Amino acid sequence: MNRKPINASHAPLRESPLNAQQLYIKKHHRHHHLVAMLRLLVLISFLTIWECAGRFEIIDTFFFSSPCMVLSFFTEMLRDGSFFTHTGITLLETLISFLLITAVSILFATLLWYSKTLSEITEPFLVVLNSLPKSALAPLFIVWLGTGVNTIIVAGISVAIFGSIINLYTGFKSVDSEKLKLIKTLGGNRFDAFHKVVLPSSIPTILSNMKVNIGLALVGVIIGEFLAARRGLGYLIIYGSQVFQLNMVITSIIILCVIAMGLYQCIQWAEHYYKKRA
Amino acid sequence: MNQSVLECKNICFSYHNLNGETKALTNISFQVNRGEFLAIVGPSGCGKSTLLSIIAGLLKPESGEVLLNEKEQGHIGYMLQQDHLLEWRTIWKNILLGPEINKTLTKEKEKLADKLLADYGLSKFKDKKPCELSGGMKQRAALIRTMVMEPGLLLLDEPFSALDYQTRLSVSADIGTIIRASGITAILITHDLSEAISLSDRVLVLSKRPARIKNDIPIHLTLKDSSPLAARNAPEFQDLFNLLWKEISDEYNGT
Repeated sequence: MNRKPINASHAPLRESPLNAQQLYIKKHHRHHHLVAMLRLLVLISFLTIWECAGRFEIIDTFFFSSPCMVLSFFTEMLRDGSFFTHTGITLLETLISFLLITAVSILFATLLWYSKTLSEITEPFLVVLNSLPKSALAPLFIVWLGTGVNTIIVAGISVAIFGSIINLYTGFKSVDSEKLKLIKTLGGNRFDAFHKVVLPSSIPTILSNMKVNIGLALVGVIIGEFLAARRGLGYLIIYGSQVFQLNMVITSIIILCVIAMGLYQCIQWAEHYYKKRA
Repeated sequence: MNQSVLECKNICFSYHNLNGETKALTNISFQVNRGEFLAIVGPSGCGKSTLLSIIAGLLKPESGEVLLNEKEQGHIGYMLQQDHLLEWRTIWKNILLGPEINKTLTKEKEKLADKLLADYGLSKFKDKKPCELSGGMKQRAALIRTMVMEPGLLLLDEPFSALDYQTRLSVSADIGTIIRASGITAILITHDLSEAISLSDRVLVLSKRPARIKNDIPIHLTLKDSSPLAARNAPEFQDLFNLLWKEISDEYNGT
C-alpha cells in the first residue's frame, strides 16, 4: 500500500543520477586522455634523451645510433625500396606461418578431442616438443630444407604449433559436459556436439590463442631469417651487426616493433568485433 | 488409458573405477502408464539421475531391461538440471536445436515452435539471447526445446533445482500445469518432497545406495485438478509429506 508514495518521492530526484552518470563519463574520459598523454610523454622524452645523449657525446652514436640517424636511414630505405622488400618478405612469412599454425592446430586439437586414446598417446610427445627451445631445431631445418622461404616458414610454425595444439585441446575439453549431454539427449552424435557446442563455445579460446600465435610466429620467422635468409628484417639485423651498421639494426628493430603491434592489433579488432556481435 | 508406456525390469547398474565397484541400482522394476506423472524421490546420491539416464538410453543397464511402448520409442524428451541454452544462439535458434540436429526442421516444426512460444509467453523473446531472460523464462525455453521434439515420454532431472525458491515455486507450478494439460507421460526426479507431491500422481521412494524401490505411494489430492500451487493446500498434503519424510529419513538414519 505504502509503496506508491516511496516511488513517487524518487521521481523528482531522477535528474541527479543522469548528472552523476555524465560526471562519471567525464571522469572516465579525462583519465583516458591523461594516460594517453603520459604515454606520449614517455616516448618523446626517451627519444629526446637518446638524441641529446648522442649529440653531447655521452653515448657513441656509432654503437647506439640516434633517432635522427634512424630516421634518415629509414627514408633512405624508403627511397631505394629496400624497406618494402625486407618488410614485405618478413610480413608474408609471418602471415603464412600464422595461418598454417592456426589451421593445423585447430585440426589437430579437433582430432585429439574426437579420440581420447589418440590424445593419451600423443600427450608426452606434445609436452616434450612444446618445452623444447625451438631455435635448437632451426639448424636442422636448414640442412633439410635449404636456405629460403620454406625453412623460415617452418621455423615460424615450429615455435608456436605445439603450444597452440595443447591450448586449443584444453579449451575444447573444458566445455561443460552437461551441454554435451544435452546434445546427446536431443539425439545428436559426437560430430553434432563438436560443431554445435564445442566449436562455437571455444571461439574466445581460439581468438586468444591466435594472439599468442601471431607473436610467436614472428619470433620464429626472425630466428629463421637470422640463420637462413638473404632478405627480411631478421637478415638486416644480423647483417647490420656484422658490418657494424647499427643504424640498420636499430631501424629494423623499430620496424619489427611496429609490425608486431600492428598484427596484434588486427586480432584484437577481430576479437572486439566478435564480442560486439555475440 | 491404463496402457503401460515404460516398463523397467530388474535394472541393475554399477559404476566402475580402479578402486572398485560402486553399486548404484539394484533390481529396480516399475511401470509407468500413459498420461501418468511419476515422481522419483530418494536420498541424495542414491542413483536417481543414473536411473533416468538409463531410461533415456544414455547409459546401458548392467542387467535387466527397459521396455518402451512402440509409440514412444525414440521419442523421449529429457530436461536437464540447468537450462543449458547455448548463449551464442537466440532463443528461437535454441529451441530449434533438436530438429536441427535430427534434420527434421520443417515448416510444421517452426509453426509448433511458434505456438509453444506463444503458449509459454515467450514470443517477445524469440530473437533475444538467453542472457537477457530470467531464470524462470530460461527454464521455460528449455522446456520448449524439449517439447518441440514432440516426446511421448518426458524425463525431468531436477529441472528446478538451479532456480531460487520463489522462481522455483512458480516455474514448477507453470511447467506442471503445462505438462498436465498436454497429457504427456512424465517422470520427475526431485529431492523436494513437496514438489513431488504437488506435481505427481505417484511417488516412487528409492532407498540409499545401492538404490532399490522402497515404496510406491499413489498421490490422490482432493484438489487434484487445480494448480500445483493450490495442491500444496490440500488436506492430504501434510500427511503425505510426513509419510515421505519418514520414508526418506529412515534411509538417512538406518544403517
